[in-house]
Amino acid sequence: MKIRAQIGMVLNLDKCIGCHTCSVTCKNVWTSREGMEYAWFNNVETKPGIGYPKNWEDQEKWNGGWERKPNGGLQPKMGSKLSILSKIFANPDLPEIDDYYEPFTFDYEHLQTAKESEAMPTARPRSLISGERMEKIEWGPNWEEILGGEFAKRSHDINFEGVQKEIYGEFENTFMMYLPRLCEHCLNPSCAAACPSGAIYKREEDGIVLIDQEKCRGWRMCVSACPYKKIYYNWSSGKSEKCTFCFPRIEAGEPTVCSETCVGRIRYLGVVLYDADRIAEAASAEDEQDLYEAQLGIFLNPQDPGVIKQARKDGVPDAWLEAAKKSPVYKMAMDWKIAFPLHPEYRTLPMVWYVPPLSPIQAAAEAGTIATDAAMPDVRSLRIPVRYLANLLTAGKEEPVILGLERMLAMRAYMRAKTILGKPNRAVAKRVGLTGSQIEEMYHIMAIANYEDRYVIPTSHREAGEDAFDLRGGCGFSFGNGCSGGTSDADLFGAGPRKKLTTPTEAF
Amino acid sequence: MSDWINTLVFGIYPYVALTVLAVGSMIRYDREPYGWRSGSSQLLRRKQLMMGSVLFHAGVLIVFFGHVVGLLTPIQIFDWMGVSHSFKQIMAIVVGGVAGAFALLGGLILLHRRLSDARIRTTSSFGDIAILGLLNVQLMLGLATILVSMQHLDGEEMVRFMSWAQGIFTFQGDAASYVANAHWLFRAHLFLGLTIFLVFPFTRLVHMLSAPVRYLWRPGYQIVRKRQGT
Repeated sequence: MKIRAQIGMVLNLDKCIGCHTCSVTCKNVWTSREGMEYAWFNNVETKPGIGYPKNWEDQEKWNGGWERKPNGGLQPKMGSKLSILSKIFANPDLPEIDDYYEPFTFDYEHLQTAKESEAMPTARPRSLISGERMEKIEWGPNWEEILGGEFAKRSHDINFEGVQKEIYGEFENTFMMYLPRLCEHCLNPSCAAACPSGAIYKREEDGIVLIDQEKCRGWRMCVSACPYKKIYYNWSSGKSEKCTFCFPRIEAGEPTVCSETCVGRIRYLGVVLYDADRIAEAASAEDEQDLYEAQLGIFLNPQDPGVIKQARKDGVPDAWLEAAKKSPVYKMAMDWKIAFPLHPEYRTLPMVWYVPPLSPIQAAAEAGTIATDAAMPDVRSLRIPVRYLANLLTAGKEEPVILGLERMLAMRAYMRAKTILGKPNRAVAKRVGLTGSQIEEMYHIMAIANYEDRYVIPTSHREAGEDAFDLRGGCGFSFGNGCSGGTSDADLFGAGPRKKLTTPTEAF
Repeated sequence: MSDWINTLVFGIYPYVALTVLAVGSMIRYDREPYGWRSGSSQLLRRKQLMMGSVLFHAGVLIVFFGHVVGLLTPIQIFDWMGVSHSFKQIMAIVVGGVAGAFALLGGLILLHRRLSDARIRTTSSFGDIAILGLLNVQLMLGLATILVSMQHLDGEEMVRFMSWAQGIFTFQGDAASYVANAHWLFRAHLFLGLTIFLVFPFTRLVHMLSAPVRYLWRPGYQIVRKRQGT
């Protein structure tokens, strides 16, 4: 047994209001640069929909993630190392920028400089890549916002598998949910496996997956290998970039920017201990519907004295073990089983988990009857089909999702009885296999959601790893090359300064 | 060509070019790791790249290693193996000709793509376009020399080029004299080749030095970095 600690995240989709604050704050901090205009380390999709980039979940098309070989071993779905290397000159699995969207700006200046005219002046779009006029913007990072576009296109969402999707194309039956997405910081990252340069690595101390910008050569295999399409090729620097889980903040014990700014308070960060020796075993479960449970199987109970002893031996600091005991992520995933991994069938063992959303009772009002059982509606009559959620979160296995949804409904019923009738409904708690105190803790963490309950992040122990005295007077965050920005104007070696895009105004 | 120009271009220039290649690459690798990259533009436009890039790279790799082996292996080894000079020349013409033609076809597709596609054109630096142009000219020159070689298939001129290349690497002062009387196409091809060496560290060509063959025997799939000292 080799115990490692990982900072995991849970997003409570039941409370996501789709405001995109996470995406925008993330973009402002990390990707508002040339070459990364199209990249959103965090984006919020409206589901059902094909998402960003288009159809990212369709691994028949993109070949992301892992596949289990007949002999039980794992290899990237892109192929063996030799076949990955053979794609290096031209990678058939790489999305084109139009699969994301062509980044654009508007000729805002024209609004100020336009001469007097009969019609109002307008700011027309212009490509941020070629600088050319874009007559019509046809796709964006959030084109399907709140079911935008026609159902025929959105219905290509592969999570509809096993769902009679035609029904949900009808206005009366339509449903939607938000899905904020970021890098999953997987336990078994396929991006790292496919990187020919070995530039992508997982940090042992907190599990954050990063790209060494000085080792990356831009072979772009990671972009294809990541099934979540959360690695972005910077067309300006020629390097791939990804969500850093805001590691400078995590190291200081602060939540990531997306979590910190989440107005719905849906995000949770906490330590999860796991057995690193059993990663391969868990990721190569034969039936993909077992992958969710297999991943739960390698998470370790932070209260177990044996685990604590071994963790200390493996170098996990005590502060981290203490934080693991209070981890909201562990509680939601392991104790209450209400959080699930996103697409476990990709076999990457993702570490950003999701609490499925409840939804209004489908068609119950019109029928005049609501299927209820012990003051709790049947989750199968919820508006969002359980099968759809299961396809998203448990490789199609419905039972765990049903239990999760029932527990959330039970929490409501229990607390409603407690606050309105003055007497908690213990029967409903028992029915879903929880105790009253567990439900109250769930309520405290999920409904009240205080800052210190949502983010239990121990600071890192860099002082143990490097001599901080040598870092004094350092230049902090920079793009390689010591303190230089990486692009000096008189750079003998670099690509040289690129022509600045001009946005001339046009009279029309 | 007068002697001193010949000595300058084929006796001294090779050392200048190779020194800049070696020292320049080392300095760049050490000082500017962030700019060390392949510079792929596939994300911006897939069209034409799939065909062009594969043809170009596969062809150029064969041609490049053909040159390395063909020029730098001592002729005695070929003699010992019983490979006649004439046979070696015909091999070089056939393999180099076919691979060179593929590379040129790919190179021209890539050049067309780079110049005509607005996205690629705008995001290209002067160096990106210039080096692609140079490589295409070099491929054309190389293919054109086949016409000259076809007129004398005894392999002796080829052996003189080998003597020149090996003479440069073994510091023989009179190496330039081996190529003094070669056809101008050959000498232009040699000169441009040396020039490509010279500009190598300042262009995207440096990605050749990072060809990730080690990936094939890198143990396992995952990379985990520990904190230093723990």
